[in-house]
Amino acid sequence: MSTTTGLFYLFSAVLLFAAFRVITARNPVHAALYLVLTFFQGAMVWMLLGAEFLSITLVLVYVGAVMVLFLFVVMMMDINVENLRDGFWTHFPLIALIGVVIALEMSAVLMGGFRVAAPMPDPAADVPNTLQLGRLLYSEYLYPVEIAAAILLVAMIAAIALTLRARKDSKYVSPGEQVRVRAADRLTVLKMDASQVDAAPEESPPYDAAAADPTPGTKP
Amino acid sequence: MTITLGHFLSLGAVLFALSIVGIFMNRRNLIVLLMAIELMLLAVNTNFVAFSHYLNDMNGQIFVFFILTVAAAESAIGLAILVLLFRNKSSISVDELNTLKG
Repeated sequence: MSTTTGLFYLFSAVLLFAAFRVITARNPVHAALYLVLTFFQGAMVWMLLGAEFLSITLVLVYVGAVMVLFLFVVMMMDINVENLRDGFWTHFPLIALIGVVIALEMSAVLMGGFRVAAPMPDPAADVPNTLQLGRLLYSEYLYPVEIAAAILLVAMIAAIALTLRARKDSKYVSPGEQVRVRAADRLTVLKMDASQVDAAPEESPPYDAAAADPTPGTKP
Repeated sequence: MTITLGHFLSLGAVLFALSIVGIFMNRRNLIVLLMAIELMLLAVNTNFVAFSHYLNDMNGQIFVFFILTVAAAESAIGLAILVLLFRNKSSISVDELNTLKG
């Protein structure tokens, strides 16, 4: 049993255990954290298969971005978990039977039908995985890459538009109105006749220093 | 005993069956349903990568790349809908989603 075999069984065992905990965890936060573990083990399995770029991408995109998004959403909402788990175990025997049948049948067919032990000979074995992927992506698959970019943009705008909520009580300035305003809207020039003051204003009395002295008792 | 292509495909199959079980069991909890869908996509992607490795065809990995893109968009929009649902109903139970019933 080589190292790769041992690692495969280790990663698979942890992956399946974590996936099982995702679907049975009582607390959604725990489910999200187990999902992080599942994706990490999946990335390790992909690493065994020689897909380094996708493996790292899975860790960065899923563990780094999508799962953090999940955790944010789970923590933001005050979820009544007990309500959601009514009758959780009532149908379990039937569901487990269906799941076991699916898994066993697919595994029987797949284990028997695909006994490929070694990869087919690779003409470009010394070319790194990332370089191969990049060459294909930016030549043959350039158009799909641009479509993927458009899909991501649409998803981002859709997510913002769905959750955007304008507060009714907030004070704000409309930039459009600000730009459109003219001087006449803000400033009124009044015309008045010039007039002369008849009498000179009365002179103010001389300043009395003693009366203004705030500290009593210092007067000589 | 060496690892064959069948081992990786079986791992994907078992993971897929597990996520189907998860969807059936968490019929009411929308957020765990979304997580089970992510698990299914991981199983499918594992199959793609395994075939790509053993048949020496990089196109499988390209496909995984695009699946990851679409899955990220899907989960972002799904979570946005979930937030919207919670804001309106104060619950994420699927049972509350009955306004389209006649």
